[in-house]
Amino acid sequence: MFSFCTDPATLSDLPWMACYLTTGKHLNFYWAFGTVLLLLAITAPAALAFGFAGASAARSRFAPLSLVGKTYIAIVRGVPDIAFFLFFVIALDQGLEYLKHQWVCPDWDQAIRQGNDFIVCQAAKVPLGTSPQWVHKTYSFFVAAFTFAIVFGAFAANVLYGAMRAVPRSQLETAEAYGMSQRQTFRRIVVPQMWVYALPGLSNLWMVLIKSTPLLFLLGVEDIVYWARELGGSKTPRFTDYPHGDWRMWYFLVLLVFYLAFTRVSEVVLDRLMARLTLGQATTGGEAQRRAET
Amino acid sequence: MSCLQTVTDYGLRSLGYGERLLPRSDFTLCQQFTLIGSGLIWNVYFGVLALAAGFFLATALALGKGARARVIRKPSEWFIFIFRGSPLFIQFFFAYFLFLSLKSVHPVFDPFSSAWLGALVVLFFNTAAYSAEIFYGALKSIPRGDVEAADAYGMSGWPRFRRIIWPTMLRLAWPGYTNEAIFLFHATTLVFFSGFPAQQQKGDALYYARYFADQTFNPFVPYPILAGYFILLTLAIIGLFGLVNRHLNRHLPPEQRRKIRLRPNLIR
Repeated sequence: MFSFCTDPATLSDLPWMACYLTTGKHLNFYWAFGTVLLLLAITAPAALAFGFAGASAARSRFAPLSLVGKTYIAIVRGVPDIAFFLFFVIALDQGLEYLKHQWVCPDWDQAIRQGNDFIVCQAAKVPLGTSPQWVHKTYSFFVAAFTFAIVFGAFAANVLYGAMRAVPRSQLETAEAYGMSQRQTFRRIVVPQMWVYALPGLSNLWMVLIKSTPLLFLLGVEDIVYWARELGGSKTPRFTDYPHGDWRMWYFLVLLVFYLAFTRVSEVVLDRLMARLTLGQATTGGEAQRRAET
Repeated sequence: MSCLQTVTDYGLRSLGYGERLLPRSDFTLCQQFTLIGSGLIWNVYFGVLALAAGFFLATALALGKGARARVIRKPSEWFIFIFRGSPLFIQFFFAYFLFLSLKSVHPVFDPFSSAWLGALVVLFFNTAAYSAEIFYGALKSIPRGDVEAADAYGMSGWPRFRRIIWPTMLRLAWPGYTNEAIFLFHATTLVFFSGFPAQQQKGDALYYARYFADQTFNPFVPYPILAGYFILLTLAIIGLFGLVNRHLNRHLPPEQRRKIRLRPNLIR
């Protein structure tokens, strides 16, 4: 990176550190923080959308649809999430390959599940065995993001379902008295008002989502945990210009601090947002704000 | 090989007794049930010990967070924030590498780098922090009247805490604490995924479930078995904690008793 980095063995502590922290692998490590943020940026809205769909379905008067929504909420609750993550990624992978297999190779006469093996034709591999490295990486990232969205969607559905029911009954009755239809009431009364009831649950969920991002590591994405292990392990002069002992402890300390700082910032922002949403609401929080002003 | 034979071979495999080699081919349902169940011993071990020890630290931390003196309040608040604000996964990794480095300083830290003690310490601190937050919330919502009545009876200090504040705090916190206990048992599955090695393939339930899923490329058998075991474990915890809840609420009329409501379990 810097011009003086050509021969690290001769450098003193500070320049050595500067060179060490800007090697290509370290830049990858810093990018991995970006991956985490990107995952959060994709997953949070997607999970909210899944959650909204699930909660609306669970509220539906049409019994099968309501059953689907409630099952979705119930399934993800009971099982340790990490097991769900491990299970869902393989299941999704095989499901995609199976569907593509049916589509691409209709005249395949062998069984797909041969004993312990899952075999589809070469053309049906997702992604194709011949595709470049970045396709594989992007694919595994999106599978991970989708898994996160499904799991957190169920949690969000649970929160939103409760929030929709917490909107005061009198509000709905007023809407009916004005002659609004079911759909209008839902869109104009329930949805705008439910957020204040949902926010404590959703902000809790956001904290949990932040804290669950290290699970990316289990899903085979090269994330911060992967790089921290990779970079921190002891290096001998034979393989690198920057030999050092076992520094994994320090790398994980950095990750710990990163997460703590992230959580702290989120807490402050969400508190502000809550104060804003409570404004003028018929809740104890809203009442307290009104009193404080007058 | 009969199923009974499998059970005697692998029933205590997670502790290192019985057959040394794990099954390599021709996996039967019986083998999967036995080995995953055998791994569950570790989950129960971690969960029970961390919960039992964490309970006392949590009470101390909750009182510390509620204390007026800054020197007591601030450390408690920081302890709770650090363990609740960062992922358990990262805590495991950090603790493992910390213990590895300490190992070279002094041989006392030798056992800490293996899962049975090192992971237990992390889980202990972690559950103490989460429970402390629950207890602190309960401490804040003890009815004023109860404390005033204690004052009127001339109680103060230790007797007041022992006979009024602590039981009320527990009673109010118990539903939340039950969820925390369930949650902790689910969190024990993380142990062998983070740093801590499973020596001689002595792992927990998820370790064996993943072993089978990797060997058979079929997640649809081992993971549902694992889920089934955990649902049973959860039911056992609910039953046990429900009994305690009944004991804590025994002086109240039935309609005032607090019911345990299950809340969804999230990743920590």
